[in-house]
Amino acid sequence: MPVDVRLPTVLRQHAGGMASVKANGTTLAEVFDDLVRQFPGLAGQVVTDNGTLHKFVNVYVNDDDVRYLDKLETKVSDDDVVSILPAVAGGALATN
Amino acid sequence: MLRLPTDVYEQMVAHCLAGLPEEGCGLLAAPPGTADVVVCYPTGNVEASARLYRVDPLQHLKADQDAEARDLEIVGVFHSHTHTEAYPSPTDVAQAPDPGWHYVLVSLKEPEPVVRSFRIVDGEVTEEPVAVGGG
Repeated sequence: MPVDVRLPTVLRQHAGGMASVKANGTTLAEVFDDLVRQFPGLAGQVVTDNGTLHKFVNVYVNDDDVRYLDKLETKVSDDDVVSILPAVAGGALATN
Repeated sequence: MLRLPTDVYEQMVAHCLAGLPEEGCGLLAAPPGTADVVVCYPTGNVEASARLYRVDPLQHLKADQDAEARDLEIVGVFHSHTHTEAYPSPTDVAQAPDPGWHYVLVSLKEPEPVVRSFRIVDGEVTEEPVAVGGG
């Protein structure tokens, strides 16, 4: 069951420069496993070594932020679009 | 050099002023591979803070989709510093998401807003000229 995965510019270098790739899976975790199988350079970029979503990215299934769905266990099906975008944050306050 | 059409520049500064006392933020889109900004996407600051910003994730997705539909891509982010200079803070540098992006700071410290742009690559900050006009 292939879904489209849209990659942010910063990760495209690990996927042959492509903006969008196909990956298989019935859950987001499976989709990201398949993505890393195809593009080993993406290992650790979206999912941490502990198997959780990296805090520096936001992931969406269609128009929903998966943090408000079932995170990596979110179900996906054919024709769903998974988007990965960087979390964009900062500010004048130094936070350590 | 980052090129900002006058309308984009004005929209960006107006959004930052409207967001006071909190930091304002938004995204900038240009044709891929260029720094010629065409569209400004003002976004919410979900930190709702005078010292921190975080672009509303869903508005980021919508902006990214809209840019793609126009054959543009997000090439940078702007945010305001309400009480400090238009220079990236340690937080801005530590959290810079993309070395290819342009990081625009709008300082509202003085009565007249000051706009500067920076590249942030591997923690190293380099200022770049900003050309405002046209559009």
